[in-house]
Amino acid sequence: MDFSTVVFFFLSAILIFAALRVITARNPVYAALHLMLAFFTTGGIWAMLQAEFLAIALIVVYVGAVMVLFLFVVMMLDINMDRIREGFWNYLPLGALLGLLMVLEMGLVLGSKYFQVPIAEAVVPAGVSNTKEIGALLVTDYVFPFELSAIILLVGMIAAVVLTFRGVKKSKISNPNQQVFVKAKDRMRVLQMPVEKD
Amino acid sequence: MDALMNFGQGIFGGIWPAVWTLIKIVLIVAPLMLGVAYLTYFERKVIGFMQVRIGPNRVGPWGLIQPIADGLKLLLKEIIVPSGSAKGVFIIAPMLAIAPALAAWAVIPFTDSLVLANIDASLLYILAITSMGVYGIILSGWASNSKYAFLGAMRSAAQMVSYEIAMGFALITVLMVAGSLNLVEIVNGQAKGQFADMGLGFLSWNWLPLLPMFLVYLISGTAELNRAPFDIAEGESEIVAGFHVEYSGMAFALFFLAEYANMILVAALTSILFLGGWLSPVGFLPDGIVWMFAKMSFVLLLFLWFRATFPRYRYDLLMRLGWKVFLPLCFFWVIIVGVWMITPLNIWN
Repeated sequence: MDFSTVVFFFLSAILIFAALRVITARNPVYAALHLMLAFFTTGGIWAMLQAEFLAIALIVVYVGAVMVLFLFVVMMLDINMDRIREGFWNYLPLGALLGLLMVLEMGLVLGSKYFQVPIAEAVVPAGVSNTKEIGALLVTDYVFPFELSAIILLVGMIAAVVLTFRGVKKSKISNPNQQVFVKAKDRMRVLQMPVEKD
Repeated sequence: MDALMNFGQGIFGGIWPAVWTLIKIVLIVAPLMLGVAYLTYFERKVIGFMQVRIGPNRVGPWGLIQPIADGLKLLLKEIIVPSGSAKGVFIIAPMLAIAPALAAWAVIPFTDSLVLANIDASLLYILAITSMGVYGIILSGWASNSKYAFLGAMRSAAQMVSYEIAMGFALITVLMVAGSLNLVEIVNGQAKGQFADMGLGFLSWNWLPLLPMFLVYLISGTAELNRAPFDIAEGESEIVAGFHVEYSGMAFALFFLAEYANMILVAALTSILFLGGWLSPVGFLPDGIVWMFAKMSFVLLLFLWFRATFPRYRYDLLMRLGWKVFLPLCFFWVIIVGVWMITPLNIWN
């Protein structure tokens, strides 16, 4: 067993443990933390597969941004565990069905011929930058899917704003734009007063 | 050097590469920690002089041993774990703060050959690692079971996520003109140009053609570090000390070390990305590590200067600056640089 195999098993063990803790942890903050650990470990495994761009992108996007916001929200929730567990048995059949479906889909994808490349052919020759190659492909062969995904994300962003927008606030809200552009002479007057004498 | 390599090979045999890497890590981390200690001294002295005070002057000549005394004091103090806290997370949080601050140094080049790991995507690596620094702060705030700490953590999380975007876009313009994610190549790219041929290298560095992005990066960097005037995460006049209010002793010291190690890191990155790293500013002087340290010291002095000069930003103004001023400016400047690069006026080929 060479060194990289040892590292792979080490990372996989952590990944499986973290993934299990995500669904078994009672406190949602711990679940979110273990999800973060799972992402980080997955990044490590991807880096071992010489996909360093994907590995780093996973950490930048999911660990660095998405999970921070997730944690942000989860920490502020007041979660009542009894209420959440109430419907467990009712939802179990539906959940099990969905889980089974996902396992089936994953099996189909991983079993396809794109994932059956022998290791000897998958080796990246020295001097080829993974990141550069992905960048070149994104703006040549896959430029339309790339732009399309950007538009879908934009629509999602606008939808989130529209869904949470509750109309203009009528409270006494300050306008930072006006505040920033205030000059001293708008607010202050210097008066000259003659000295009073007896 | 060869003699040393052979000597090590003889003693350790097969594991010598690992031992040699460990030695190199120590050679980076030990001066870094010393730098952190003396940065705190420097900060107190500089701000003291700016405010017409003397600053620390009791321990050792000119107070030079003050940071050592502070470190010893923190080492000997008891770490108090609040009774209502989440104990495991409370202990892990300071480690999560310092680990990324140290790990990022793995790819920082000091000269074109003096770098621990010269990897292809080193800028991406820096982005990934530094984006994890926020966990230490959020988790410490949550685990402390204290309202002040929690408020500080929330403020800090929102602030760091916001300014990371502006910072990322400032970096995008740099890697557009450099055509590489490798920090060594980014610096080498700044060594050529019309002014560099005339012997005025400092006018060819990225800070001049990318001046708005340089300023955005410097200001976002200050905000990422939670330094004054963007230190609302600590905000001692409002929320006592923010996220680390419940920490004492060495646990507190770890947050402190992380903050100052990150300061030095941002100073090093600013020097590499915008100020030409180890390149000499004028043609008749040789390039070297001295220039790198000089530039880092200058940027660090700027951070201290900001702290002594500006009052703390209000929270909503801080968010406005990040999202409504820097972000549109960055979008705009990325397009400008892109157009600039395909016109005949392109100066980066």
